[in-house]
Amino acid sequence: MPDLVIRNLHANITGTDTEILKGIDLQMSKGEIHAIMGPNGSGKSTLSHVLMGHPGYEVTEGEVLFEGANLLDLAADERSRAGLFLSFQYPFAVPGVTVANFIRMAVNAHRKGGPDGVDNPVRIPEFRKQIQEAMELLEIDKSMASRSLNDGFSGGEKKRFEILQMAMLQPKIAILDETDSGLDIDALRIVSDGINRLVGPNMGTLIITHYQRILDYVKPDQIHVLMDGRIVRSGGAELAHELETSGYADIAKEVVS
Amino acid sequence: MAPETADVDLGEYKWGFHDEENPVIKIERGLNEDVIRQISAHKGEPKWMLDFRLDAYEIFLSKPMPNWGADLSGIDFDNIFYYLKPAEINARSWDDVPDTIKNTFERLGIPEAERKFLAGVGAQYESEVIYHSLKKELEDQGILFLDTGQALLEHEDLFREYFASIIPSADNKFSALNSAVWSGGSFIYVPPGVKIEQPLQAYFRINAENMGQFERTLIIVDEGAYVHYVEGCTAPTYSSDSLHSAVVEILVKKGGRCRYTTIQNWSNNVYNLVTKRAVAEEDATMEWVDGNLGSKVTMKYPAVVLKGERAHGEILSIAFAGEGQHQDAGGKVTHVAPNTTSVITSKSISKDGGRSSYRGLLRVNKDAEGSKSKVVCDALIIDPESRTDTYPYINIMADQVDIGHEATVSKLGEEQIYYLMSRGLSEAEASALIVAGFVEPITKELPLEYAVELNRLIQLQMEGSVG
Ligand SMILES: Nc1ncnc2c1ncn2[C@@H]1O[C@H](COP(=O)(O)OP(=O)(O)OP(=O)(O)O)[C@@H](O)[C@H]1O
Ligand SMILES: [Mg+2]
Repeated sequence: MPDLVIRNLHANITGTDTEILKGIDLQMSKGEIHAIMGPNGSGKSTLSHVLMGHPGYEVTEGEVLFEGANLLDLAADERSRAGLFLSFQYPFAVPGVTVANFIRMAVNAHRKGGPDGVDNPVRIPEFRKQIQEAMELLEIDKSMASRSLNDGFSGGEKKRFEILQMAMLQPKIAILDETDSGLDIDALRIVSDGINRLVGPNMGTLIITHYQRILDYVKPDQIHVLMDGRIVRSGGAELAHELETSGYADIAKEVVS
Repeated sequence: MAPETADVDLGEYKWGFHDEENPVIKIERGLNEDVIRQISAHKGEPKWMLDFRLDAYEIFLSKPMPNWGADLSGIDFDNIFYYLKPAEINARSWDDVPDTIKNTFERLGIPEAERKFLAGVGAQYESEVIYHSLKKELEDQGILFLDTGQALLEHEDLFREYFASIIPSADNKFSALNSAVWSGGSFIYVPPGVKIEQPLQAYFRINAENMGQFERTLIIVDEGAYVHYVEGCTAPTYSSDSLHSAVVEILVKKGGRCRYTTIQNWSNNVYNLVTKRAVAEEDATMEWVDGNLGSKVTMKYPAVVLKGERAHGEILSIAFAGEGQHQDAGGKVTHVAPNTTSVITSKSISKDGGRSSYRGLLRVNKDAEGSKSKVVCDALIIDPESRTDTYPYINIMADQVDIGHEATVSKLGEEQIYYLMSRGLSEAEASALIVAGFVEPITKELPLEYAVELNRLIQLQMEGSVG
């Protein structure tokens, strides 16, 4: 069975009848690169948050299996520790908490209750070495590690730090929600290189994007088009080019007919 | 004799145990002239002090209860014990302190902190300082650090010159009460140019039920000198109330600097009504770091009077109001001389129906031209049951001043917590981390040991009575 299986997923805004996801089906595994494209407001971020466990959405129908187990039974932190990662479209700031301290806490949370159920916090020199390597890879200035997380960060800086967190937590499936938006041309290449280095037998990624550009660097195995809460088309890399030239209008027509 | 401890059912407050009482003297409940005469007589004080006390008692009786702040209607002055001497006072070695009391201070970590990083320690238990120490080399430099009652007896002239000169009895009802029944506290004198690297610490412990603790602290930092004084406090948890009402007076002379750090952690049955004021002379710096985590009700607004040119005052205030608590805290600065500067930074957290109020007064007198002040108060509300209020009074009478004021109120956001949880942190870890970040501008100012302590207390408060 694929590592991530989404079946007929429906979700509402919590406490309302407003349905945003209207039956999503998608399957992917580690080692694979999938992309989701779709118009503004079609439900891409909602899908990513429902998968991650955002309390603002409730699943009304369908199921999600992660490595064969029911993902929807887990709280967000448990999903993270199980190996799911979400690079936020709009990351939150945490004033007064440094990037380095926060990532160390997150890494330790992942090492908690290891195989023998014993906490196994990372040793500080080892952690320092790892984070420095990851920062070098993403060409992030060392001094940024002691700044407050996302506090006053530029749009592009926030995105780089999302990928830094991904690199440090080494998830099995990483959802990247418009990580490319806000990155300058060099940063896009650097971040893409970073993603490519991590994707492999141990990690797959689901890239949400509006642009062809990132997909030129990180070559998708499959592209899915999400419209009005449903995946309306799936195809190979060529689908992105098609969308780039003709937009979503043609697909919308097909769907209606 | 084994200490009687009541560790069961204390909720999250870890210091709520009490020892069996074995007092040398315990004056009957309630307050009257005779009680005051007994206190003074036990202490063998000069006549002028008895007169001072009796005069203050009259003032206390004549003043109405303050009605502008927290609800004080639960205080029953007749039910309080005003003087309890638990043991012979002022031991110089912990070995001379009765075991029960020594064990309690050990549980509170005082002797250990003393060995590790303190220049001197005063330990007050009920009404008296039962242990006192100051490093020999500091004593040799002419530094005085002793129990205030002992200072009156041993250094009467110096004492009399400053005592009640900054906070007169008539300042407010509770300064009058303290002036009438004061006992214990720290007296510090730092000679010109002497800088004490390590902090001096006092620890105040209430043990008996319905106890009133009324310590009196007087600190004189002479020209160009420096001291960091730290106080901590805890009390047992009882179903009826206790009262803590201290007066702290500080004079920082020309070019001197004093930092006064408080980590207030009374149990939730203590009314904590404290008057603190410092006068800073020319080029002097006074810093109050005031952490209020415990107590039922706190009313405390550390004050700085910037009396000399270019004097600087700083007040950093953290308040955490949990279930059943009202922290009415803040600070007051009066700019008297020209070109004086001040900063007030207040951070409050309200949780489980707790209430925190920031109450600040910034006054710039007519002559204080060229003064600058910045007031920042941020409140964080953890849940909808809790409450925060801001009462910033600003009174500017001088021209050409630079005054800034900012206030923010934020709610602990569900989405911010979700963001941290999406990285693997549990919900409790996530909210504790956000709170630690919120108070970081203040904790980063503290020596590491106290920053760790404060963060630990905040974490415990965050964990307390969840759900
Ligand atoms: N909490 C919410 N409250 C109200 N409406 C919401 C909420 N969350 C999502 N929506 C609505 O659901 C729809 C899908 O939103 P979503 O953020 O998933 O879109 P998206 O595909 O990520 O769009 P974009 O490309 O602009 O990022 C939008 O119409 C949005 O306004
Ligand atoms: Mg989106």
